Amino acid sequence: MPDGKSTVTKSPDPKSPAALGKTTKDVEGLNRRSFFSWLSFGWVGFVAATGGFFTMLLRFLFPNVLFEPVQTFRAGFPDDYIIGEVSTKWKDKYGVWIIRNDLGIYALSTVCTHLGCTPNWLSSSKKFKCPCHGSGFKATGINFEGPAPRPLERYRIVLADNGEIIVDKTQKYQQEKGQWSDPEAFLMV
Amino acid sequence: MSEKNNKSFLEKAADSQVWKSIFRGGGVPRNRRQRMMSVLNSVFLHLHPVRLPKHAVKLKFTWCMGGLSFFIFLILTISGILLMFYYRPTIEYAYTDIIDLAEQVPFGIMRELHRWGAHAMVITVWLHMFRVFMTGSYKPPREFNWAVGVVLLLLTLLLSFTGYLLPWDQLAIWAITVGGNMARATPFLGSEGPGAALLAIGDINFVTMGSDARFILIGGRFMGEAALLRFYVLHCIGLPFIIMIFMAVHFWRVRKDGGISTPV
Repeated sequence: MPDGKSTVTKSPDPKSPAALGKTTKDVEGLNRRSFFSWLSFGWVGFVAATGGFFTMLLRFLFPNVLFEPVQTFRAGFPDDYIIGEVSTKWKDKYGVWIIRNDLGIYALSTVCTHLGCTPNWLSSSKKFKCPCHGSGFKATGINFEGPAPRPLERYRIVLADNGEIIVDKTQKYQQEKGQWSDPEAFLMV
Repeated sequence: MSEKNNKSFLEKAADSQVWKSIFRGGGVPRNRRQRMMSVLNSVFLHLHPVRLPKHAVKLKFTWCMGGLSFFIFLILTISGILLMFYYRPTIEYAYTDIIDLAEQVPFGIMRELHRWGAHAMVITVWLHMFRVFMTGSYKPPREFNWAVGVVLLLLTLLLSFTGYLLPWDQLAIWAITVGGNMARATPFLGSEGPGAALLAIGDINFVTMGSDARFILIGGRFMGEAALLRFYVLHCIGLPFIIMIFMAVHFWRVRKDGGISTPV
């Protein structure tokens, strides 16, 4: 048996298998060096399998199909909405206020920008008031009181071929990002 | 013969094969060593210190808050399993099943027991932590067990949070709406959190409303049925499973690190 020191310094050992012109496999089948190379294969395989398992476990929690309410809806014709009024018609079903002013119509999200509660439209004081922490918004959606840090969001609003209003909640426009000037954030009528 | 007859019923039972097969070692422990072995040889008792110094269990010192926390946990487990026989985690039934549990099911107090027990456990866990801090019981060699205890506190609060949604009333829905929106602000993992915008290639964002921390928590983009089911599974199976593992480690380390409240 070659002692440990000779293996470390790699000094040629006259009795080593290599010196005798034999491969290590012929002599022992599995020596120290090949054991470690096999062990590293084993570890790589183990880590890959474990990583794959946890990746699958995590991926399993992200569903491919969501059974959620439809995000796009038809909200009737522009003439259904009175100028200067906030329509709460779609609040419960879709979470959208539709507001018509002198220039046109816009769809406002009912999600408070503070922590996501639903404000109420108070027609007497002409403002949206959140019952959770008291945030207040003007009819335009601009925040003016309470902890809300930014205005309410607007949704994409366009006309269908037959003249109906289509509100698309997958596309939102934020005032603080200057997105309210987007042509689809405001429906000119 | 007479000697045999003098044996008490307990002693006879303790010598029987049935007793010896159940309790390793068998027999009635008679001396200090045997008493110690009977504790060490039981899977349940071995989590517990084999020997308790009289001064260590003084109520004015320990407040018994750790023990009370565990006791309340047992009450919550039993009452929770009973509630599961009636409660269905769907939007259609969740709220009415809670009303049913309170008004029609025998012992309507069961749900109140679970609810008040949950409040009480949060209080006792806090007080236990306060006591451990004030008596300096977090110091080495108990520092790891303090860390385990912090995890247990977190799990207790998560159990409270997940259980809060299950009645599916306005309070629950808005509490979880707000909680979910906080998850949305998680750094890197929440779609509106700091750093989330960095995880993008060109116009493609990887952390969006449909793939962030909030999404995995509530199982969708909007609060609904998936959120109720996820919180139900976490509340009834996931978190209790994890907390039991941590509790076993916690109790065992109390014993290994020098027992409750004794200077080491």
